[in-house]
Amino acid sequence: MSSWPILSLVTFLPLVGALFCLIVNGPKEAVDRNCRSVALVTTLATFLISLLLWIRFDPTKAGFQFEEKVAWVPALNIGYHVGIDGISLFFVLLSTLLTPICILASWESIKVRVREYMIAFLVLETFMVGMFCALDLALFYIFFEGVLIPMFLIIGVWGGKRRVYAAFKFFLYTLLGSVLMLLAIIAVYGQVGTTDLPTVMEKLDLPFTWQCWLWLAFFASFAVKVPMWPVHTWLPDAHVEAPTAGSVILAGVLLKMGGYGFLRFSIPLFPEATQYFAPMVFALSIVAVIYTSLVALVQEDMKKLIAYSSVAHMGFVTIGAFVMNMQGVQGSIFQMLSHGIVSAALFLCVGVVYDRMHTREIAAYGGLVHRMPRYAFTFLFFTLASVGLPGLSGFVGEFLVLLGAFKANTWVAFLASTSLILGAAYALWLYRKIVFGELTKDSLKGILDMNGREIAIFLPLVLLTIWMGVYPNSFLDPMAPAVDKLIGDYQAALKLARTAALVP
Amino acid sequence: MIVGLESWTLARPEIFLAAATVLLLIYGVVRGEIATPFVSVATSVALLVTAALLFLPYREGTAFSSLFIVDRLTATMKSMVLVGSAIAILMSRAYFEQAKAWRFEYPILVALATLGMMLMISANDLMALYVGLELQSLALYVIASFQRDSVRSTEAGVKYFVLGSVASGMLLFGSSLIYGFCGGTAFVQISGALADGRATEIGVIIGLVFVVAGLAFKVSAVPFHMWTPDVYEGAPTPVTALFAVAPKIAALSLLVSVLMGPFKPLFAQWQQIIVVASVLSMALGAFAALRQQNIKRLMAYSSIGNVGYILLGVASGTEKGIQAVVFYLAIYLVMTLGVFATILMMKRRNIMVEQVSDLAGLARSQPMMALGMLIFMFSLAGIPPLAGFWGKLYIFMAAVDAKLFVPAVLGVLASVVASYYYLRIVKVMYFDEPAEAIDRPSFGVNRVVALAAAFLIAIFSLVPQPLSLIAEAAAKGLFQ
Repeated sequence: MSSWPILSLVTFLPLVGALFCLIVNGPKEAVDRNCRSVALVTTLATFLISLLLWIRFDPTKAGFQFEEKVAWVPALNIGYHVGIDGISLFFVLLSTLLTPICILASWESIKVRVREYMIAFLVLETFMVGMFCALDLALFYIFFEGVLIPMFLIIGVWGGKRRVYAAFKFFLYTLLGSVLMLLAIIAVYGQVGTTDLPTVMEKLDLPFTWQCWLWLAFFASFAVKVPMWPVHTWLPDAHVEAPTAGSVILAGVLLKMGGYGFLRFSIPLFPEATQYFAPMVFALSIVAVIYTSLVALVQEDMKKLIAYSSVAHMGFVTIGAFVMNMQGVQGSIFQMLSHGIVSAALFLCVGVVYDRMHTREIAAYGGLVHRMPRYAFTFLFFTLASVGLPGLSGFVGEFLVLLGAFKANTWVAFLASTSLILGAAYALWLYRKIVFGELTKDSLKGILDMNGREIAIFLPLVLLTIWMGVYPNSFLDPMAPAVDKLIGDYQAALKLARTAALVP
Repeated sequence: MIVGLESWTLARPEIFLAAATVLLLIYGVVRGEIATPFVSVATSVALLVTAALLFLPYREGTAFSSLFIVDRLTATMKSMVLVGSAIAILMSRAYFEQAKAWRFEYPILVALATLGMMLMISANDLMALYVGLELQSLALYVIASFQRDSVRSTEAGVKYFVLGSVASGMLLFGSSLIYGFCGGTAFVQISGALADGRATEIGVIIGLVFVVAGLAFKVSAVPFHMWTPDVYEGAPTPVTALFAVAPKIAALSLLVSVLMGPFKPLFAQWQQIIVVASVLSMALGAFAALRQQNIKRLMAYSSIGNVGYILLGVASGTEKGIQAVVFYLAIYLVMTLGVFATILMMKRRNIMVEQVSDLAGLARSQPMMALGMLIFMFSLAGIPPLAGFWGKLYIFMAAVDAKLFVPAVLGVLASVVASYYYLRIVKVMYFDEPAEAIDRPSFGVNRVVALAAAFLIAIFSLVPQPLSLIAEAAAKGLFQ
């Protein structure tokens, strides 16, 4: 079985489904029904196959596993090289888990152009998984940018009122960051003569000034994706206007592409520049954590509030990634995974009431607990997971990051921890406004609780959140060797640079 | 002087095309208007046969006392020009029939222009260059105003003629200066004179500036681009399609062989000119297109922008740069033909429309047509994984390799601006409410061309290797 190209299968299986959706023919209802089923079956199959990755993954190894390497464009020395290590494994699983959930969540709410919608999601899944598996800079860039095309269409076609504005802002913002990264990739290629990541890591040896320029170019791309303050402004717009499933993928996976990029490229390729710029990253992250938490407090739109809370949570991720110790980096990855599930679930919670009332305004709700007890429970569960209640997934990531930050710099840890208080404030405020209180609004009196399909969407997320909170070692152990190696290589590179500086 | 047999065999494709054109002209004159369908198909076939003759068998060398050169680069460029012209002729029938301008002279003129382009590409002497260029230009002036009852078309023709003549004059003036300072018009003589220092460098540089200005006009590089939007908009759409591909490729090939051939010793001087033209073209192509409502005019600015990227490859002056130019041109050819085939299918109640807003809601009324256009637009914007991305990647790799960092950064930034207006077309097709629907495209050449182009883009996106091998082989021709 080891000869099976599992990674390629996971990456490209959704495209098979997309092709099927493209050619299916018949009356409109039948086409819609078939496309929905095909999309669900394909994404579920993809998820099951991706579970194989976890089962067969050797958690003691630090290097890349399931590697596949084919010469793709020998003229440019670009290869199709994929593989995963402990860092990328769970991001692949996160992508394959969230996509079928998104398809299910859009089962009834998407009524127009179902075929195109499903194709867009399937293509999106291919790009997302491919991006987390890519071990070639050019290949990575292709998947990284390719994500923009389906996401642009998802926001623009099925989005809310200001969808065109949001889609353009999302696309152009991200593209502007990415093209600079493309130039940096080309510059790296000019140095090493290949874009193969393991070879580049081994051979790349740049003077400090060059490292700084290239680090900044990569940073431009990843900081927009994360998003870091002050380039986060596309996120609230994109989230608010995107359809529910689009927000889920945006929050769940797309934001992680930035954090993953830092860990996979910026830090190992440019260690000295990383050390040099780390204080800047801390400063920006702390501003993000505090400022966006405060902004979240005054939002009137549910999705916008959750979007701002995402920026704050991702601030934790960047702090953790750049403190460069075991707890910080592991916490950062764990926080990304946890946020991927919890914020996705929160957007789904918004989607549940939006499908019924067609408004996201906080003021339009209140007292839902009287009519929707199951919903009230789910929403509370994920709100608490988001603010970091011990025993749920959010706590582990935040705690590890703060621990790591405390070791590196007490002030960073101190300022970052203010977000725990502010986070609890806005999340609980949102919950109180929507779920508690008297049910006075007439429009809400007939609202129905969650149905079986919606419970099926939330159940796996609830279980996963508890699992991650109670026994995080299932996730932390496989990533430990890879993180250890990342930090080891980083320290070694810095030591080497220091020794070199001492030699006259 | 007796011209050897070798010369004739090298020029075999050109001779075949010239003979075929003359025969078809006679046939057309004798038979009159009835001959048009046959002449047009036969011309296309003749162009494609000429393309085949380039490689079956492939020979290289110089002919006619070094007036004429054949190598991998010229053969590759010629084949692209020939394919572009052949398809442009096939695409034009429905349009001209409807405009009641379906005459047999049209394919003949295109063939003559193409012959001129082939001579330009193979020119190895300033005189041969000029003769080829004029043959091409004169035929194109006529074609631009071919729809002679239309004011816009005649205006386009006159504008093109007047401005084109100025450019030709500049080119000729520059050539005469170079002749004066180098003592010869043959490329070998010029490079020889520059190499052994016989030529006064400053005089040659002034001449070179004029020559480059003339050629920049032909490729519509900023600041010699003014004619492009008006001519593109005014000329009949199939003619615009032709203008966007064949003469562009020919003139760029000529620019490459002039700059990289005899004027290689002056690299440091001409590089500055080309870099400035390139950056300005990329920027103007991006910014000026933002507010265009007419899709042909928009494509004119888009082609100016694309020329900017290609010039960046030329400016790098390396083998990699020339590879990038060939690679980019091939993809540009496919994308542009695809876009124009789609534009030619835009009809409402059987009347051609060409506003961007006419595409509103196309994704719902004609999903396949919209999908094709979507592929072309994202590819033109250079978004991976589509083929246009590989072209840009090649160009920027060459530019970074040649240490042209600032132009490369400006180039990628311009590409972000440019992606806005490509996205706008996608937005109009996919996000906007349907306007009155576009007619269902009838089955015809344009549909086949659009489909084939979209398919080719998809293939090149996944498997760029064969194309890069062709580009590699072509660029080698120049660096032997």
